[in-house]
Amino acid sequence: MSTELELERPAQPPSFQGISTGRKAKNLAATVMVSLCFVVAVIPLVWVLWTVASRGMESLLRADWWSHSLSGVRANEDLGGAYHAIYGTIAQGLVTAVIAVPIGILVGIYLVEYGAGTRFARVTTFTVDILTGVPSIVAALFVYSVWISIFGFSRSAFANCLALLLLMIPMVVRSTEEMLRVVPNELREASYALGIPKWKTIVKVVIPTALSGIVTGVMLGVARIMGETAPALILMAYSARINMDIFEGSMANLPLLMVKEFTNPEAAGFNRTWGAALTLILIIMLFNLAATLVSRLSAVKTK
Amino acid sequence: MAKRIDVKDLNIYYGKFHAVENVTLSVPPRSVTAFIGPSGCGKSTVLRSLNRMHEVIPGARVDGSVLLDGADIYGAGVDPVEVRRTIGMVFQRPNPFPTMSIRDNVVAGLRLAGTKNRQQLDEVCERSLRGANLWEEVKDRLNKPGGGLSGGQQQRLCIARAIAVQPDVLLMDEPCSALDPISTLAIEDLITELKQDFTIVIVTHNMQQAARVSDQTAFFNLHGVGQPGRLVEIDETSRIFSNPSQRATEDYISGRFG
Ligand SMILES: Nc1ncnc2c1ncn2[C@@H]1O[C@H](COP(=O)(O)OP(=O)(O)O)[C@@H](O)[C@H]1O
Ligand SMILES: [Mg+2]
Repeated sequence: MSTELELERPAQPPSFQGISTGRKAKNLAATVMVSLCFVVAVIPLVWVLWTVASRGMESLLRADWWSHSLSGVRANEDLGGAYHAIYGTIAQGLVTAVIAVPIGILVGIYLVEYGAGTRFARVTTFTVDILTGVPSIVAALFVYSVWISIFGFSRSAFANCLALLLLMIPMVVRSTEEMLRVVPNELREASYALGIPKWKTIVKVVIPTALSGIVTGVMLGVARIMGETAPALILMAYSARINMDIFEGSMANLPLLMVKEFTNPEAAGFNRTWGAALTLILIIMLFNLAATLVSRLSAVKTK
Repeated sequence: MAKRIDVKDLNIYYGKFHAVENVTLSVPPRSVTAFIGPSGCGKSTVLRSLNRMHEVIPGARVDGSVLLDGADIYGAGVDPVEVRRTIGMVFQRPNPFPTMSIRDNVVAGLRLAGTKNRQQLDEVCERSLRGANLWEEVKDRLNKPGGGLSGGQQQRLCIARAIAVQPDVLLMDEPCSALDPISTLAIEDLITELKQDFTIVIVTHNMQQAARVSDQTAFFNLHGVGQPGRLVEIDETSRIFSNPSQRATEDYISGRFG
């Protein structure tokens, strides 16, 4: 009897054991660390958003904010709006993006698809890397010394756009380059093997595969240049009036409006500064949304 | 359709590295030719030089001639794009275009070459998917992305994509090596069917596979590390596997090979 039971027992009891205290402690410590870091990172973000939203909301709720400029409005009057600066920010952002995006993407395509390994491409990549790190004030001074001092053009929104181009093109080149490099060569070969020429392979197979990454890079670039202040201060004087002409005269944009109104001690100045800040964040968010939609349409799908 | 291939004194290089030397062989139309041999002996390299895919790699070049029904695909003024349209290729790892639906994958070759006629594209799509034995499995989800299929289905999708442009020759580089046995059988059956219409050259690591699907077999070998690979012999598959004329072939087939 007892021997049977003896036989049915496994020779050795299963050696699975509970999680050791040491591991439990490490796990707990790591979880706490990670959660703390998350909180530490999120607090300032939420704080900034809350501050900007709560202080800027008042301006944004006035209908005039979206349709009027500050022309003829006195410093202490809570009247007028940011239309002139909103127009300036969007116009300058679009002009810059419309020029920088095609140039940047084409350069990126050249570097990865055509020039790969050549000396010229390596030099270009190196130059682009350096340019990505150039401070905006340096780009502004360069444009000032060439476009305004040497060529003799006057300060204008377009001069500002030129400085923004110097900042944005390298960013677009970099992100395009990186995204194209991760497209597997197998896809290019699959396309060549169907008798599809190289340029069509690039346009119809390689770029769509990399598109969402490229769009993200472009959006980061747009967000950055829309917030740039230094070039605007140097290359384009603030104007409280609406100026539609990017080639002539001074024009506002949202960062400049903030700089201007920051020194206005009245309550209206406070409202305008924070209103402009909130407006800028909203505009960049809208651009981001639009870009997300674009990249969704042609992103890599598996489901 | 189906054309014959004659390779004469083909030497293939990657930059300074001489990868394959002096290959001479013929592939008759409507037949399956298998390339076997140890890893690194240059099977893929020879295969890729049959449709000028080799030169896509920077620094890669070939010497010698490859005749397609008598016309040299390396002749002066021959457009490699045109060559690849006539000689299609299926790769080792299934590589459907990730941004395209199943339908768009199949007709990619035609659509990117400029065919716009929707009805014609749909016809080609169905015909090619049927030809690749995939139609029944995917006919209800043609608009779903090709990346969502199983490995074996993806490989058949790639075959459908390759035959959709109606090439004369189909090159396959270890098309089953990433697949499970069932999918492998499906593809082998398919190869036997495709033989009716195409000239097929297939690289395989699997000697049973070579014996099952091919009419003639070419054995490639290496004579040493850093030496170029060579074609040891090419003969009817039954001869190669029962009574090869070269000692090296026999050693390899019977597994006496390192
Ligand atoms: N892209 C490449 N660049 C340089 N050498 C290569 C390249 N591809 C293959 N080779 C070399 O060419 C030889 C033949 O390779 P491959 O044709 O891939 O062999 P197999 O397909 O028979 O295994 C090997 O020595 C390999 O290292
Ligand atoms: Mg190989």
